[in-house]
Amino acid sequence: MKPYSEIMPKAIESSGICKSFGDTKALNDITFNINEGEIFGFIGPDGAGKTTLFRIITTLLLPDSGSMTILGLDSTVGYKKLRENMGYMPGRFSLYLDLTVEENLNFYASVFGTTVKKNFELISDIYSHIEPFRTRPAGKLSGGMKQKLALSCALIHRPRLLVLDEPTTGVDAVSRTEFWALLRKLKQYGITIVVSTPYMDEAMRCDRVALIQDGQMLSIDSPQNVRDGFSRKLFSARAGDKYRLLLALRDYPGTLSVYPFGDSIHLTLSEEKPGRQLSEYLSEKGINDATIVETEAGIEDRFLELMGMDEIKNP
Amino acid sequence: MNRDKVIKVRNLVKKFGSFVANDNLSFDVYEGEIFGFLGANGAGKTTAIRILTGLSEPTSGEVMVAGFDARRQPEEIKKNIGYMCQKFSLYEDLTIRENIMLYGGIYGLDRNTIRERTGQLLDKLRFSEYGDRLISSLPLGVKQKLAFAVAVFHKPKIVFLDEPTGGVDPLTRRQFWEMIYETASGGITVFVTTHYMDEAEYCDRVSIMNEGRIEALDTPAELKRLYNAATVEEVFVKIARPGANSKKENADNNRIV
Repeated sequence: MKPYSEIMPKAIESSGICKSFGDTKALNDITFNINEGEIFGFIGPDGAGKTTLFRIITTLLLPDSGSMTILGLDSTVGYKKLRENMGYMPGRFSLYLDLTVEENLNFYASVFGTTVKKNFELISDIYSHIEPFRTRPAGKLSGGMKQKLALSCALIHRPRLLVLDEPTTGVDAVSRTEFWALLRKLKQYGITIVVSTPYMDEAMRCDRVALIQDGQMLSIDSPQNVRDGFSRKLFSARAGDKYRLLLALRDYPGTLSVYPFGDSIHLTLSEEKPGRQLSEYLSEKGINDATIVETEAGIEDRFLELMGMDEIKNP
Repeated sequence: MNRDKVIKVRNLVKKFGSFVANDNLSFDVYEGEIFGFLGANGAGKTTAIRILTGLSEPTSGEVMVAGFDARRQPEEIKKNIGYMCQKFSLYEDLTIRENIMLYGGIYGLDRNTIRERTGQLLDKLRFSEYGDRLISSLPLGVKQKLAFAVAVFHKPKIVFLDEPTGGVDPLTRRQFWEMIYETASGGITVFVTTHYMDEAEYCDRVSIMNEGRIEALDTPAELKRLYNAATVEEVFVKIARPGANSKKENADNNRIV
């Protein structure tokens, strides 16, 4: 028999998935492929439909229409087999709070008919951080430690597909960076990783991303290609009084979009480039220290553009 | 600086048993300032905020907020501050208008003032047509903007925002920060925590906590210069993981988190 990866290079093939709850269309015609062994990110705000989609991927919820093939199996028919090959870390911590770290891990291993020892290699890095607390009830762990325990439990049966629903939400910037480094290491074991996040900057850490908003796909591509999709010239403006500069730029007739972005203001213009007209306008408004230079668009710039709201000058 | 100090903290210590959550904090926050309060999970931010908002008593040290002593006058502090956190703080089963009236009443505003300001607020947020909708029916972004507007409804001297933009879309996040700018330019001090490092760049000054101590406090530009970093995020990493190059130290740090 051929190795699995040769006959089925796609980990997930989803076509036209729709799901409604009452009048709310949570997912509308969601179509995408995820390659085996890649880190694939769903990037979007709360309410975009990420969790609903992940519940369908993990066979916990049936779509209203559309089809999904996961690891070569139809998700609605082959769910029992699929669950053996899938690790899932829900957004909400859902381990047993009154069991210790060790007990939770052993429990999950036994449910999947394996032992902690057998697959320890896979989790040793992550587990080393929580091992000093192995006799502590899971309910008494800090947020960062709970996250590491949940990831260990999701991995203990050596799944081929790992599904992580917002693993970094509410986590500080440094711990988030460390978490992504862990995922990179797991990828080396050939595990396909599907992850969702509301943090746009994390998109750059994925092999490919899907931008999702209001139940619809806005874009699917490599992070670099998503950025390159930005359709206009983007400028970065700075001045001593940033808020005043923002308000002035918003009222400028040649402005198409203007947003605060970190330590500067991102701006697109109907003019080719900022010229004398703009600098005279700013002088009239009493802003004489503004500098405006062309800059590269980020994922978030592209997301705002795709939201189709970037031309609303007065949100 | 000659501006009025809205928060004055000297040698603040807070212990839980033998655990020192806040280890000798001293800092000032000025009127109309946007002050970013950053730190890793577990660094002691929440403990400090609970003391600054009059919900928890310091073990030792001097804490003055809006002119009142946190140990002796916590109730006065509560009347003179606003507070909003990521976990939504409005009542889901009341309408927008009812929520505003409830909060206005709690803060002791009279009927006419409440009516007048409610109209202004709904106009400003362009929520006029939403006024009689239940909170539970609103999208997250709308709720968060409304929660902020309600937190400053009684015109407090200072408003505390604890991760106000968690999970909201990029457009709403920017609109929210414009509300912050507007509030601060109106003289209300904004004390804000966030995990979005680009938002730290929007602040007038930021402090970065690590293991119960304030390790750095300055303008974003000055912090970047001092730490030889391109972004506040880099500064944050250097402070929160001083041994990031050494794998073992890194693991040890993780254990504390």
